Formats: sequence, structure tokens, C-alpha cells
Amino acid sequence: MARLDPALAEWVLDETRRCGATAAEVLCVSGESLEAGVRLGEIEKLKSSRERRLGIRVFADKSSATASTAEFDREALKAFIADSVRLARLTAPDPFSGLPDPALHPRHLTELELTDDEHGIIGADRALDIARRAEQTALKLDPRIKNSEGAGFDSGRYEILFANSQGFAGGYEGTSYSLGVAPIAESDGAMQQGYWYTTSRRFDGLDEPEAVGRISAERALQRLGARKVKTVRAPVIFEPERAASLIRALARAASGPSLYKGASFLIDRLGSQVAAPNVTIIDDGTIRGGLGSKPFDGEGLPTSRKAIVEAGVLKTYLLDSYSARKLKLSPTGNASRSVGDAPTVSSANLYLEPGRYSPEEIIGSVREGLYVTELIGFGVNSVTGDYSRGASGIWIENGALTHPVQEITIAGNLKAMFMAIEMIGNDLVWRSSTASPTIKIAEMTIAGA
Amino acid sequence: MTNELVRPEKFFANRFGMSDSVFERIIGSALERRADYVDLYFEYRDAEGISLEESIVKHTSKSISQGVGVRVCAEDRTGYAYSDEVTIDRMRLAAKAARVIADQRGERAAAVRIGEPVAQHALYELESTPLEVPLEERARLLSEIDRTAREFDPRVVNVMASFAAERKIVMIVNSDGQVAADLQPLCRLNVTVIADDGKSRQVGSHGGGGRVEYRHFIESERWREFTLKAARQAIINLDAVDAPAGEMVVVLGPGWPGILLHEAIGHGLEGDFNRKRTSAFAGRIGEQVASPLCTVVDDGTIANRRGSLNVDDEGTPTSRTVLIEKGVLRGYLQDRLNARLMKMAPTGNGRRESFAHPPMPRMTNTFMLPGESTPEEIIKSVRSGLYAVSFGGGQVDITNGKFVFSASEAYLIEDGKATRPVKGATLIGNGPDVLTRVAMVGNDLELDPGVGTCGKDGQSVPVGVGLPTIRIDGITVGGTRA
Repeated sequence: MARLDPALAEWVLDETRRCGATAAEVLCVSGESLEAGVRLGEIEKLKSSRERRLGIRVFADKSSATASTAEFDREALKAFIADSVRLARLTAPDPFSGLPDPALHPRHLTELELTDDEHGIIGADRALDIARRAEQTALKLDPRIKNSEGAGFDSGRYEILFANSQGFAGGYEGTSYSLGVAPIAESDGAMQQGYWYTTSRRFDGLDEPEAVGRISAERALQRLGARKVKTVRAPVIFEPERAASLIRALARAASGPSLYKGASFLIDRLGSQVAAPNVTIIDDGTIRGGLGSKPFDGEGLPTSRKAIVEAGVLKTYLLDSYSARKLKLSPTGNASRSVGDAPTVSSANLYLEPGRYSPEEIIGSVREGLYVTELIGFGVNSVTGDYSRGASGIWIENGALTHPVQEITIAGNLKAMFMAIEMIGNDLVWRSSTASPTIKIAEMTIAGA
Repeated sequence: MTNELVRPEKFFANRFGMSDSVFERIIGSALERRADYVDLYFEYRDAEGISLEESIVKHTSKSISQGVGVRVCAEDRTGYAYSDEVTIDRMRLAAKAARVIADQRGERAAAVRIGEPVAQHALYELESTPLEVPLEERARLLSEIDRTAREFDPRVVNVMASFAAERKIVMIVNSDGQVAADLQPLCRLNVTVIADDGKSRQVGSHGGGGRVEYRHFIESERWREFTLKAARQAIINLDAVDAPAGEMVVVLGPGWPGILLHEAIGHGLEGDFNRKRTSAFAGRIGEQVASPLCTVVDDGTIANRRGSLNVDDEGTPTSRTVLIEKGVLRGYLQDRLNARLMKMAPTGNGRRESFAHPPMPRMTNTFMLPGESTPEEIIKSVRSGLYAVSFGGGQVDITNGKFVFSASEAYLIEDGKATRPVKGATLIGNGPDVLTRVAMVGNDLELDPGVGTCGKDGQSVPVGVGLPTIRIDGITVGGTRA
């Protein structure tokens, strides 16, 4: 991987000053990855990537612009920087804009174990072998597994370098590994796909390929024979992967930019009950080896651990320094920054604290209802909280899973849904940067036939 | 516009010192093992964005990206490697990485000779792109939009408007010696309005664009139409009642509701899923999958449309492909790899997000041809149902055929009249049979205003959709009112 040069960042900052910028930030990202795919046991795809981009945010007093480039040649960079400063001057002055309070930058960075000894690249032969083992396990599990969209093993590493004109400079590296399998089950002329995956910053932190393959096949098989159900209002249980999407929706509504734009159902709700008393939602950017961990955020502020919701009460919003100033609050270290865009806000490692029920107990509590295993579509309105998504899963009768269902929707409003979280599972597992145990919502509208 | 931009095929030669002999050497190296096909994809893209919120033009952004991707295909295997440094050394490394998928054995391939550029369409010969319009002018337009939306109704509390424009120069060179180059302009104006009446808070959005000049938005005041549609939608939704739940008759309005076709039909007919037989449509060519009223096409050759291209991202000229003809399934959308393996002809649907991605079969502009009914007749024919005129996104499960799309503006139909507005709701159906329930097709075909972006396997590409007003006798509406 092409190492990033801290001297380049210094040079870029000097150049922005020379062009008349009153403040500036520079972000360099460099990365390398290998994606290996197999299908029905044969190689299907090998993709190797290397990328390096530089982004700047420049201020002309209270006006700003963001720009990014892949041209690192000094002459090209000079023209690019001059152009960006010119762009900033065209933007209207915004009294809330600017770099963060310099006193908030960290003095030293915490070691978060974001890399491992494999350095992020697993060679093609080994990667293909892992993907093959996972897919083979799926294909051999049951004669009804007849086809496959394949299995993929990806590995990569990246390096981040960030500096601003008020003296903060920092950097970190990270690695990531993931394996996903998508077998297809077939019976009576109908096909269903199953998907399962594992992701980690450490190669040795991944689940065994055979386990991933087996679960992916079981997920395909459990969908066979799915049918519609009658439209009804009933309890809905979200399996952990699907429950995580609800937690993500809440975090989005609690993010500073949604709030100051008036585009959130959580406006003016700080300190109020927004969820059932058993609900505590944490965002923590400092978990060692966490998929969403980083030593500083997109503006160079330290990341932190905080409860967004504690015992059902909304405790904090997620803020960068701009939205914090707008809302007269303090930034929370949640600025996220891609190379080409101005900072926005995102959660780091976001999770719902586990409860005391086993998933079996939760399913056992339902006389008639839905256990959701798949969701599709984008029917979540952050402004109103209205929620309506396509779903499939397993129908519950008298506390037991009965038959698979599909071509139905589940609908409600997130405000009411979070208040109606009746049971929370004890099965929290980190599989991506947002995680949740199983949850049960007392009642939603299930639309079908 | 500078001269080097006017002739895209000269651009990479001038800027990075590329030449036919370089291409021949790199492709030759990529072909060193037994491969069927090799291509190089060069890309240079510059883009600018400007956005307004709270009546202030707060953000401007600019990005320049460039790179080259080397692809090697051998049977159904693909090797891909790319670099954002366009140099001969980097390309040689990429060729070495990409050819790993080909077998070691076999003869050295015959030398590649680069020929003349392929014949291609001229669908967006612009005098200038919006990037050449002074940014101040684009900023003034956003302020005018803000003022217009706020004047429309005092309940409008915030307006977010953005204008994005890009210019992409691409060149594709392949092992058949073909060369294609294209300059692809693209822009989009978006307006989102938030309204609040003290009791409820709602959102409305509209926008449009394409491979067009800036005056597209100014002529006939399109910007005002977008603004008023967004504002009206937010205001109307303030009085929306809960949407119904269950299976019912649904009338879709013209234009963007064509996202139905994109999700229900289009993805399932992409060549890759059909070659692998993982699509619910696999092996069903020639079968009746829709009512005889339905003819659906994918057409990449419509001038200035967002989903149109002179050549696809493999250098094949785009075309008009009939997917469903009078209800019968006719064709697939193909890139070169899948066309070759299925022994069919490529249809000009090989597309990719950027040099960092290998191409796949993707849609361009997908729409249904008009029928005989007037939209008024169609609504009048429904005793009880839903009339949906505006949609957000959609998604499909290719393998079981189930798809969703989410209405953002819809009305109840009561006794042949569109009445009360209802809250947004997701509609869910089954791709291979939803169109068999189409009972009426309107004479009012509209293409969408130019806002669509389609995601597949992590790659986003601009697309278009279109639909006349249609009546579907039975699709599940996911409201809350059971």
C-alpha cells in the first residue's frame, strides 16, 4: 500500500493559506483490497483494488467548500486548492460554520486494535479456498440446495491521515475481513435464497467458513413453501439482524443534521421518554477492535461511549460541531467524513443493550404473530417516523414457529414501535457496526392477502 | 469547454500519454494466459455540487476522479484490477493481477491490433454542460427555489435544494481491437420541502435532470414545477390519513411510478441472473407473464435522458430491447460476458459505476408503452382502491420475485374519485405475476423527470423509468389501517 506522507498534508495546509483560506482541513485515505468470489465450487471473480484520495475542506471566514481529488501531482494540487478556495468564497457565510473548538482535539490517540498481523490482505488462493469451504458446506447440507449466487471472501486495509490548520494532525490504520455465502434452495418449482456472513477486523475473529455456509443454507431452506397471510394486527418479533435496522433508524433520527433541518421525529424530545423503559441504546466509538471504532472522528475530535437512550429516555443526540452549534449543544465525536463531502454525522458502534429473555422465550410469548427474518425496501420516513416495509419470516402460532411467510408488509410508526418494545433478547452478537438482540414489538399491522 | 474535452478519444492520449501501441502491449500482457476477452476502461470525471438549506447556500463541493480498470474474462470467470494512477506501470501491474483467473495452459493469444472507434449514437451533443454555467448562477437558482417554496404556503418551514453536475470522459479498448470513447454529461436538481402545521410535520420531494444543458431547468420553468410539486406534496401530506392495509385495486400515475417495472420486471431479466438461473424469470422466455395490454421496453437510446448512453461501459452501442411484448416475455438485458455464455447478442446494457468496478447487465430507461384508456376513465372505473402518484425507492428479491416500492404521495379512490390523501406506504407484489393483473393501460405515457439511481451488488448507476397510468387489480398495500 502506498504510504501516506504527513509532509504532504502540511504542504496542502500551507497552500490553502497561501490561496487565502482562513482555515482548512485535509484528509487523505489510501486503501488496498482483494475480493475473491466462487460459485458452485469454481472461481467466479477476483478483484484487486488500490486507491488513494485526498480531500480538503477550506474556509474563507464563515464560508466553506469541500473538494476531493485523486491527482497527487503538486502542480495539479495547486490548481485544485486555488479552485476550492474560490468555490468557498462563492458560498454564503454561515455564522455556525468553522473548525471545532481546538481545545477539544485529543492530545494523544488511544490504541484501538483496528488492525491484525495479517495486514488485511489474504492471498487469492487462500481467499478462494475459504469461500469454497463455506459454499461447499451450504451445497452439501440438503438436496434441496440446488443452486448458488456464490460465496465471497474480501479482505482489505486502509490508512487515514487527517490534519487541520489549528494544529491537529493524526492518523490510523485499519484492516477488515468478511465472508458471505448465498445459496439457493428449490422445491416445487419455487426458489429461495439464503444469505449469511461474518465480518471482523481480525482474520482470526471471523466465524468458521463451515458455520457461515451451514447457516446460509438453513436460512434458504427455512423460507421454502412461504405463503401470504391474511392482513392482521399482531405482535412482531425482529431477529437480531433485522432489529439492528430499527436501532439504526432511531440513530438517524437522533443525528444532528436531521434535527436542525427539522427532518426528524425526535425534535425537542431530549430528556423525554421515547422508548419503553427496558430500552437502552449505546453508541461507542472506543470498543477495541470494533468495526465502527476510530480514535478520532471526521473533524479530529475524540470518539466516545454514550447512551443515546437510557431506560427509554432520550439522553443525547449524535452531533458534529456544526449541528452542535446550531442546537446549542456540545459535539459528541460523531462527525463522519468521506473524502469528498463535508462532515455529516454517523454512529460508531451502535447497539441495543441485551435483555434477559432467550429468543425461544420471546417466540414462546406470542399466541399469533410474525417472526421477521428478511426486510426489503426503503419505507422508513425519518421526518414522521412512519414505517412500512416488505417482510418475510416465519408465522408464530401458540408460541411456536409454524410456516414461512412472504409477500407481506409490516407497518407502524417508529415513535409507537419503540414505546411498544415488550421483550429484549439476551442474544447480542456483533456482526457489523450496528447490533441488536432479538426484540418483540407488541403490535404492528401486517398486510397480506 | 476545452478542445481536449470535445474529442474524448484524444483525451487520454493527451493527458496520460496513452497510445494504440500501449493498449496493444497491455492487452497482450493481460491475454498471456488463456483468456476469452480483455478490456481496459479509462475514466476521468469531474463533478460539482451545490446545496442550500435554511435559505443559505451552505455547501459547495468539487471532485476529480480518474483511473483505469483492467478486466480479463475466461469462460465465466472475471479478473479485475484497477488503479487511480493512469500510468503504463500501474496498468501492467493491474493486467498481471487480473489475468490470474485465466488458466496457465494454452497457447499465447494472437497479437491485438487496435482498430477504428466503433460507430455510436450522438444522444447528448451539448453546447455546454451545467459545469460551465457560473456557480453564482446555480446558487441564485437555489435561492429562488427556496423563496418560491416558502411563498407557496406559510406552513413550509424548511427547504433543501441541491444541484449536482458532472462530466465523465470514458474510453474502452478491448481485445477485439475495438475502441469507443464518450463524453457523458449528467446533472440533477433536487428539492425537498418540510412543512409543519403545529400538529404534524411532513416532507415532500421532487427533482429532475438528465444529460442536458442548464437551460433545461430554466426553459418552461422546470425548476418552478419541481419546487411546487415538492411543496404541494409536503402540504398535502399534512392532512394525510392512515394508509389502508391489505390487497386492493391500485392505480399508478404516469412517470416515476414506472419504478414498478424496474423492480418487478427489469432486474429479473438481467442476463447474469438468468444465465445462473437464480432469477424467478429464468427459462420463461416466450411465456405469458403479463396481461396482453403490457409491452415493456428498455431503451438506452433516448436523447438527453438520465439512463441513456451512446455506448455502454463495454463500448457496445446502446439499443432498445423489448422485454415484454403484449404480455409475452421476449428478452434479457445483456452485457458481453453473459451474452457470450448464453450465446445471445449483447444489448448494450453492460454498465459500471466507475473504473473501480467490473461491468454487469443493468437497465437504462425502462418503461411501458401507452395503451388506449384515458387516465380519467381508469380512476373512474375503480369503486374502492388506492391512487399512487409519487414514489420513493424500491427493491426486489431476484430469486423469489418479490418486490416492493414505496409510495410517498397517494390518495384513496372512493366511488371512482380520488379523495383523501393517505400516508406513505410500501406496496409489495410478485414480479412474475403482478403485470398479469393489469386491467387498464393509459394513453398518457410519461418518462420520469430524471432522478433515478439504481443499486446492484454495491454499484450505483443512473437510470430512467416510465409508465402510463395503469390499473392493477390486486396488489398488497402496506398501510397501518387493517
